[in-house]
Amino acid sequence: MPATLFDKIWDPHVIADLGSGWSLLHCDRVLLHDLSGGRALREVGEAGYAVPHPELAFATPDHAVATSPGRTAETFPKGGELIAGLRKRAADTGVRLFDLGQDGNGIVHVMGPELGIVLPGTTVVCGDSHTCTNGGLGALAFGIGASELRHVLATQTLPQKKPKRMRIRFEGAAPAGVTPKDMILHAIGRFGTAAGTGYAVEYAGSAVRALSVEGRLTLCNLSIEMGAKMGMVAPDDVTFEWLAGRRFAPKGAAWDAALAHWRSLPSDADAVFDSDLLISMADIAPQITWGTSPEQVLPVTGHVPDPASTPDPIRRAAYEAALAYMGLTPGQPIAGTKIDWVFIGSCTNSRIEDLRAAAAVLRGRKVAPHVTAWVVPGSERVKKEAEAEGLDAAFTAAGFEWREPGCALCVAANGEAVPPGARCVSTSNRNFVGRQGPGARTHLASPAMAAAAALAGAIADVRQFAA
Amino acid sequence: MKKFTKLAGPAAPLMRANVDTDLIIRIQRLVGTGRTGLGPYAFENLRFLPDGSENPDFVLNKAPYREAPILLAGANFGCGSSREGAVWALMGAGIHCVIAPSFGDIFHNNCFQNGLLPIALPEEVVKQIAAETEASQGARHTAIDLVRQVVITPEGAEIPFSIDARKRDAMLEGLDDIALTMRLKDQIEAWQKADHAKRGWVWESVKL
Repeated sequence: MPATLFDKIWDPHVIADLGSGWSLLHCDRVLLHDLSGGRALREVGEAGYAVPHPELAFATPDHAVATSPGRTAETFPKGGELIAGLRKRAADTGVRLFDLGQDGNGIVHVMGPELGIVLPGTTVVCGDSHTCTNGGLGALAFGIGASELRHVLATQTLPQKKPKRMRIRFEGAAPAGVTPKDMILHAIGRFGTAAGTGYAVEYAGSAVRALSVEGRLTLCNLSIEMGAKMGMVAPDDVTFEWLAGRRFAPKGAAWDAALAHWRSLPSDADAVFDSDLLISMADIAPQITWGTSPEQVLPVTGHVPDPASTPDPIRRAAYEAALAYMGLTPGQPIAGTKIDWVFIGSCTNSRIEDLRAAAAVLRGRKVAPHVTAWVVPGSERVKKEAEAEGLDAAFTAAGFEWREPGCALCVAANGEAVPPGARCVSTSNRNFVGRQGPGARTHLASPAMAAAAALAGAIADVRQFAA
Repeated sequence: MKKFTKLAGPAAPLMRANVDTDLIIRIQRLVGTGRTGLGPYAFENLRFLPDGSENPDFVLNKAPYREAPILLAGANFGCGSSREGAVWALMGAGIHCVIAPSFGDIFHNNCFQNGLLPIALPEEVVKQIAAETEASQGARHTAIDLVRQVVITPEGAEIPFSIDARKRDAMLEGLDDIALTMRLKDQIEAWQKADHAKRGWVWESVKL
């Protein structure tokens, strides 16, 4: 029977049928971070359970760490307590910890792939909704809550209900200025923020095959903003070349065995999806969000919608609330809207290719004087690689601050925040009310679009800033 | 987990779509280790004005709804971040049931882990319960019976709802997931042993 990529990973991971559509699923990899990892390890012990497979868990502080140059765990004291807890519990249970400043430290969904912890065909869980990012390598990766995390650490399994399967095909060549971030924001705008609820989404099509691993991780990262807990891309030679030789990737004969398995994973040609959607790349322009939900997104040439022309009362109320919060006028062109901040970073867009794309726009130009611009590399490795290429110099010469790895202004859990009322173009994943700080106004965009906005001091079309 | 069988009280209408978990509880309140004490911070950005005073227009600040155990909401309630603190904050604020047309997946799972009942009903029905409640200015209550799987509206209409059987049973009995799974320990270990033979590469490259 023809099977999808999703089924080919899910089915062999089922240990037991729990009835009513539920399965007990084996979890091959567990990623832990400072915000919930230390607590979960502690609670497992307090409940009287052991952690039977510490070798399958990997911890990194990222959420509540300051990103200022020269930072330590204690720079943000409340985060320092969380990191101390994570260090202690990781040491007690034998879980590997990649501490601040060490090789391997970084945003959990950046370091997991780059260390070869996440592999095609594996199940990966983490107490973070953006775990779907890791599906870019062809893994079945999904975010879980604190109680589920405790369950996984104690049993290496999780009861899960099998989701339906959705495929979104992107066909054609990327138009100028269109990046993976624009592809997925366009999809969310078109299908809605709940379109993927209850589905595992596979991204396919010629435009996805043409993406680098970094691009595929970005694409999968925003699956949860479409409601889908899991997003994935079938592994191929691009994936295998990217993974080969990474620290925890299999080596020698084990690599050969893995490779043979991985090559069997892509969806069969005649596999059936419960929902099968198609996007033509020609329809996508560089994207920018205008509101407080990722579905409230426009091509940069677009105009802010008018709630009065929206018949559904709940949607109209949401538009009115979003416009009021964002300080925008119905019908105004989104381009030209003055901004105060730019943030390049997050598990969405902090990898080396993201930094290269932004630096290419910035080279030889200056950030508008009224704009505060930060770039926060996703990991120690990204930071070192960028510095070796001179990207840090390109950013600082343009007027950006070059900072230490962490989640930073994506989630503002680390004492850093966009000030109330300030308008920020951000490469992160959520434009929710208060996400980047109380009263902060967030516009989501690609790294190149964020760089263009920094230069213009306003929301700008990156195509007018050809590198 | 606390058992859940029946519940009755005013149902507070928060009729907006896509209420995300960031809005339910700010991340700053979760930079700590506690599952308790989060109630006062539920919906902080809606509940308080920028000067720190209560927003009189927010539904949970209105007299009949201050102690409401049921929340009515728009579609896709609890979307976004996986933070279980959203459930802890709602429960801390006295909310034990949310009725909405649909829920974010991870939030939905997190509810059941803690004994908060998420009920999915069509939008028209949620609006009907809201209208009946508001017509009585919150004086008339909504009741939930999990055993019979019905919502009884303020006007007395019985509306059946469907719920995953496994989740319902766990709620009714207050079962602990880990203890249940531990009963399958031998099966898990047998699976892992077989997997070592089949997919040695999953295990070998991460050996401690």
